[in-house]
Amino acid sequence: MRMILLALLAGLAGTALAQDAPQDNPPELVGGSVRTSTAIAVPVMPGDVIGRQVAEVIASDLRSTGIFTPLGPSGLPSYAVEEAGNPAYPSWRNAGVAALVSGYIEQRPDGRITLACYLHDVTAGRELVHQGFAVTAADWRRAAHKCADLVYSRLSGQQPFLDTRIVYVAETGPKNNRQKRVALMDSDGSNHRYLTIGRNTVVTPRFSPRGDRLVYVSYIGRKPRVLLYEVASGQERLLIPGDHITFAPRFSPDGRDVVFSMAENGNTDIYVVSSSGGSPRRLTATPGADTSPSYSPDGRRIVFESDRSGTQQLYVMDADGSGQRRISFGGGRYASPDWSPTGNFIAFTKIAGPFRIGVMSPSGGGEKILTDGWQDEGPSWAPNGQFVMFHRTPQGAGSARLYAVPVDGGAARLMPTPVGGSDPSWSPLNN
Amino acid sequence: MNKTVLIGMTALALAIGGCAKRTPPPTATTEPPVTQTNPNSTDPNSLEVVELPQLQADLVAKAGSDTVYFGTDEYSLDQATQTTLAAQARWLLATPNVRASIEGHCDERGTREYNQALGERRANAVRDYLLSQGVPTSRLVVTSWGKERPVATGSNEEAWAQNRRAVTVIIR
Repeated sequence: MRMILLALLAGLAGTALAQDAPQDNPPELVGGSVRTSTAIAVPVMPGDVIGRQVAEVIASDLRSTGIFTPLGPSGLPSYAVEEAGNPAYPSWRNAGVAALVSGYIEQRPDGRITLACYLHDVTAGRELVHQGFAVTAADWRRAAHKCADLVYSRLSGQQPFLDTRIVYVAETGPKNNRQKRVALMDSDGSNHRYLTIGRNTVVTPRFSPRGDRLVYVSYIGRKPRVLLYEVASGQERLLIPGDHITFAPRFSPDGRDVVFSMAENGNTDIYVVSSSGGSPRRLTATPGADTSPSYSPDGRRIVFESDRSGTQQLYVMDADGSGQRRISFGGGRYASPDWSPTGNFIAFTKIAGPFRIGVMSPSGGGEKILTDGWQDEGPSWAPNGQFVMFHRTPQGAGSARLYAVPVDGGAARLMPTPVGGSDPSWSPLNN
Repeated sequence: MNKTVLIGMTALALAIGGCAKRTPPPTATTEPPVTQTNPNSTDPNSLEVVELPQLQADLVAKAGSDTVYFGTDEYSLDQATQTTLAAQARWLLATPNVRASIEGHCDERGTREYNQALGERRANAVRDYLLSQGVPTSRLVVTSWGKERPVATGSNEEAWAQNRRAVTVIIR
């Protein structure tokens, strides 16, 4: 798949020479590593008045991946529906792009719309892939995200991740009287809504593996409690019986269990409970603060942090609590691990003066720091394992903000939240 | 177009259901939203606790303070802290029929979930001391706010020192 991207770039260079005109799309230097940026045209989609907005969403999505320089829809020529699958390649070559996203929008007899999405290699003059997406008219943005995912996936060789949602804690008000609400939005910031009213302080919302439920912590009766929230209905309930201090919840990959921390008598241990209720089962029993558990994608292991050695460090255990072993041995402290959906990385917060987001292998090797903020914490993986979202807190009284950073290097991108934000959780790919 | 993927099926099904059967949408329920899987399980609304501001002011006046402070990432009680807590214990023993919520807090220089654990350690250390002074265990509850409720908003050692604390909150 990488080959195609390289071929496109080579083609683009060839085009530039043939035209004897300089192209202003040089490789971009970001964060110390060379990243390529493919010029890709996204003209207005014919067939419906929303065609311009659809193209704008696709272009915006592609830009957010960091590997494309989208052109359009403004300033690009229009075309007829019949040309979507058979574009005038020479004129797009003259426009200086390596790739073209074309398509059209069609009304369906059942009242829905179809977005037909085509990706072309302009240099070679051939179609690379096409697919149609049928949605209700109100869901047109979903179809645009699916089209962008098709393009991203075909040219990068990675799994799609753009048709996803983010749940996070929206923060408003002064630092010594913050109002914190659970908020849900599409991963491009659209369709933003608040799920809680802000009466109780809330932290750490996390998606279920199917994206239909959340677990989060709400301070009720002055204690942190784990709540389970059904996204479609808004129904919620306390997950842990009794009057305990419970926090740090995360679903197991099959959605059946929730792993969490309970603090009692000065000691915090990790427990697991069925997401349908029942009595918790204890997984750790060592003196110390054992918290921030996160399952491996196969559900067989759990990474967590513990200060049993004297400072916060990362540990891996089997899902039944056996075989606990430390994996972090670099300088500094390590916190809030999140196991990647692809299984090959653990993201974490490293505390060594500033707080930084980093990744390491599940055996503890290959540590790499991805960010450079004063206080970056709380990593959450994109479902394709290529990006990590986190929140960055500024010094002083300012608000925290959400950022996403590519795992293979590059600049962190500010997420478009309407207010301050913390504790992001990236959904799985939407159905 | 032979490769058309249908997405948004759930939304479509809901729309049809709404037209055909007028299924009432989920509303704010009056039932306890808690599954009664255990006698301890409780409705969130029943968990609310009531603060008593006048008695809180009386505690501050008579015991000198309702707050004690901690070192960075620590939960030990120094001599001055123990003196304050002994006065709080005397006040509690002289004021029956109220309880105290011992609430641990942390500065912003810890990660969220670790601070929730650290706040509980601080509150628990205070609780243990009050117990040693004869306050009955039934009158003390412990909680942790982690770094959620700073009193000082700066990002400097002076502000952090004010935020590393445990507060004795008088409740009914």
